[in-house]
Amino acid sequence: MRLQLWRRYRFSASHRLHSAQLGEDENRRVYGKCNNPYGHGHNYVVEVAVSGPVDPATGMIANLADLDAFVEREVIEPFDHKYLNEEIAEFQENVPTTEIVCIEIFNRLRPFPLARLERVRVEETERNSFEYAGEPQGANHE
Amino acid sequence: MVYLTRKIEFSASHLYHNPAFSAEENRRVFGKCNNPHGHGHNYVLEVTVAGEPDPATGMVLDLKELKDILQREVTDRMDHRFLNYEVPELAGQIPTCENIATVIWRLLEPKITRGHLSRVRLYETPDLFVDCYGDDGGAPAGKGAAR
Repeated sequence: MRLQLWRRYRFSASHRLHSAQLGEDENRRVYGKCNNPYGHGHNYVVEVAVSGPVDPATGMIANLADLDAFVEREVIEPFDHKYLNEEIAEFQENVPTTEIVCIEIFNRLRPFPLARLERVRVEETERNSFEYAGEPQGANHE
Repeated sequence: MVYLTRKIEFSASHLYHNPAFSAEENRRVFGKCNNPHGHGHNYVLEVTVAGEPDPATGMVLDLKELKDILQREVTDRMDHRFLNYEVPELAGQIPTCENIATVIWRLLEPKITRGHLSRVRLYETPDLFVDCYGDDGGAPAGKGAAR
């Protein structure tokens, strides 16, 4: 039997989908409304799954206070109420689609020292969500 | 393989306290959850059973059968109970979401005789939940790695 502990977080941010590798017309065609030069925003939901042995003294895989503080520092504080394209260095070169945002969040959380990061799931809206479990398992999109 | 999921809710109280810790350590490790009077949650339990539909009935297992198992094994034991004191399976353990989900898995696993128990997901709140999987690594479609 294996256990995964999931925790749900939220942040709100704006982004613009525009690729430097594509021309203006191509950008408009590929990204549609998301190519609006002023950007637009979402209320993102981030679900984080970790695994590891349950400490018999605490009954916990990881103390939520520790996990929350780590996620807050690595993801929520830098992303919340920001323009992702301009304010997060990694998105200045990579278009911040939610696929790319999901991978970036996974990479930022992977060093969590108190449990093993299993999976990150990001909802851009209630209708669209993306999951990434790192390599070599590969990304799992819903 | 088809994955069938049934959802139930139960409401229960608990507190986190390790008698091997000092009072100060209990407060530091468990925070608000260490309140000696306890506190409660509306737990949501999703139970997923995997199997092949029976050609005669089209069912992996009869939902009524699963409903009765969940009523007997989970609701009757845990609903409107103080988990620390009234659920013997949790005696001596901190009733965290991890430990409650594990107890539920162990209660249900031998009772599911058509198909097999694939996942137990227990929500303590919408923002905190635990998944329990069998050692075969089974995961419901769309929520995990493909088999």
